[in-house]
Amino acid sequence: MLSLLAANWSTFLLGFWNTILCSLISLFFSLIIGSGFAILETVPNKFWRGVAKVYVEIFRNIPLLVVTMVFYLVLPTYTPLKLTGFQAGTIGLSIYSSAFIAETVRSGIQSVGVGQMEGARSNGMTYWQAMRYVILPQAFRIVIPPLGNQFVNLIKNSSILAFVAGFDLMYQGDIVASNTFQTIPSYVLVGLFYLILTLPLSYYMQYLEKKGV
Amino acid sequence: MARKLRELTAFMAVLLLSLVFTACSHSQSSSTYDRVKQTKTITWGMRADTRLFSMMDVDSGKATGFEVDLARAITKQILGPKGKMKIEYISEKSRIMDLKIGNVDAVMATMTNTPDRRKIINFSDTYFMAGETLIVPKKSKLNSIKDFNNSKYSIAAVKGSTADSDVHKYAPKARVIFYDDYGSCYNALKAGKANAMVSDNAVLAGLISNDKDKFKMLPDTFTVEPYGIGIKKGEDKFTAEVNQALKVLRKNGTYARLMKKWFNGVPGFNIKASSRLKASE
Amino acid sequence: MENLTEALSWINLRFLLQGFWVTIEVSVISIILSFVIGLALGLIRFTRIDVKTTRISKVVGVIIDIIRNLPLLLIIFFSYFGLPVMGIRVDAFQASVIAMVVFESAMIAEVVRSGIMAVDPGQMEGARSNGMTYMQAMTHVVLPQALTKMIPALLSQFVSLIKDTSLATIIVLPELLYHAEIIYNQNTNYMIPMYLAVAVMYFIICFALSSFANYLSKRIKY
Repeated sequence: MLSLLAANWSTFLLGFWNTILCSLISLFFSLIIGSGFAILETVPNKFWRGVAKVYVEIFRNIPLLVVTMVFYLVLPTYTPLKLTGFQAGTIGLSIYSSAFIAETVRSGIQSVGVGQMEGARSNGMTYWQAMRYVILPQAFRIVIPPLGNQFVNLIKNSSILAFVAGFDLMYQGDIVASNTFQTIPSYVLVGLFYLILTLPLSYYMQYLEKKGV
Repeated sequence: MARKLRELTAFMAVLLLSLVFTACSHSQSSSTYDRVKQTKTITWGMRADTRLFSMMDVDSGKATGFEVDLARAITKQILGPKGKMKIEYISEKSRIMDLKIGNVDAVMATMTNTPDRRKIINFSDTYFMAGETLIVPKKSKLNSIKDFNNSKYSIAAVKGSTADSDVHKYAPKARVIFYDDYGSCYNALKAGKANAMVSDNAVLAGLISNDKDKFKMLPDTFTVEPYGIGIKKGEDKFTAEVNQALKVLRKNGTYARLMKKWFNGVPGFNIKASSRLKASE
Repeated sequence: MENLTEALSWINLRFLLQGFWVTIEVSVISIILSFVIGLALGLIRFTRIDVKTTRISKVVGVIIDIIRNLPLLLIIFFSYFGLPVMGIRVDAFQASVIAMVVFESAMIAEVVRSGIMAVDPGQMEGARSNGMTYMQAMTHVVLPQALTKMIPALLSQFVSLIKDTSLATIIVLPELLYHAEIIYNQNTNYMIPMYLAVAVMYFIICFALSSFANYLSKRIKY
């Protein structure tokens, strides 16, 4: 197996790098989009709350593969937008994950005591000021461990790039497997690479939870 | 109570394991030939996405095509009129593994007989002589594989096919992007993600048959692709049976009839050239 | 969009529904099996059985952690390509079920574990001080309470499972997405209608399940 790794080192490395890149980019965008919708889910305006709920429910109940394929195949065929496999996969992953992050952040916002909002408002802050200076900082501290879990899920889900020629770890491992016919050793190597990313993160999150962040 | 729980867990584990084992048979220790004769069934690994060769018909839920008919004819030839044919749908990626592990007895899936593959599986005699070429958008000015020898061009190919090394030979600078199946390659070409798609002319002809106004096939095939039936390595008795069946079908006109049935309507298709047994004929 | 009615002809719809049925089959079998195994694995984490100085719960814990941190796609590949190498012949359906069960059991084991740990330690203390052994306390006092807490998380895992069956397209499991791909590969005008149909079908069943989970969690007051 080591010889397989050595012979295909650059292939695996490219995949490893693309997986990391896709995960980080998706994390960034899904955090922003997700938090945005989470806040939208808690505003007093019923209409906007509904819009947010619709978005979240749609993307939580459709498979990631379907979302990704829409960006990869459907959009380019009907719009002038042309995306590479990596781009389509990353966008699909970002949007899919944003729905889950929205739920996580929303529960964080709602678990901040009602008294906080009341106290802030009674001190003269507007709704948005209260959100920005009082509620949200507390909410984010609460949701760090669950968000960490979402990040681990995101890294695993980045394997969706294998379906759209995204040159990630799974795709590259697949290429090595089809070319060398050594399917099991290739996939074991892919697994090890993923564990390098996910296991430490997972254990760190467990540690944070124990510490009672 | 603790002991009861432990017993329960152990029981569940045993139950699951036995479910797994009874649900699937152990790997075959008997030869393919014996198994086929015993069960009076040949399990063929075939495709569901290749027009004219083996394409899934949505209405019936079964594949139809030249390969399907040929497989049926071979089955009846080897096992007699009562012989049964079973189709397992496989992907390009898994077809060789499916043979090795015994999921199928034989693979007829537009698979080219190459020296590399011969090292790990048996091949029957050639049942179709294709050649690799490219399909490009109708307006494309590129005329042959050599025109693609530029790193700005990307060519879609199927994972596990012979395309990569062939493209590499004639257009080393071109980028090859791999997809899981013909459909994905074709969709990529249509979406503009690749400038061309490389595959066997027979396969490509089927793909563009509905989009003749959008794509064209480059006329020159730059390789010769003899399709053979894949059989597990070492199963020489079964391979001989299949070859014998093929010979008989060629001799008694069934082969020619099937070729005509499926390829007569394809414009520009040279049936005689595709029926060759050897490339040198 | 004129293609919509053409694409969703009865023949095509029936083909899609056949795929949907396979999706349901794989999901239901996997859900049942992985719940049983996941529950067992989760409980094992709380036993104190030793086998020659190694604590089983720790070994099980490490295995669960490894499985939980791998992509399901990889586990599907291992199941389909790896098992036969070890002498177990599997077809796409069996390989999919096995992969899903392995992955989901690990996930559920974790849900079970955190569910049990979320039960007030006072419950265990109270039970023990009433003369129950550790295992008696577990099964009669802690576990029933833990189970009610776990139900939302469990149902959400099941919804994930249903969605993840779409990944098995890659090993040619004839489930919903695979059948949709066959249809639109034969006529690319059907691509949007197909994806719409697939999305709607998944949405209906997943939303129904998660709404049910919401309803349950509201009714459970403890």
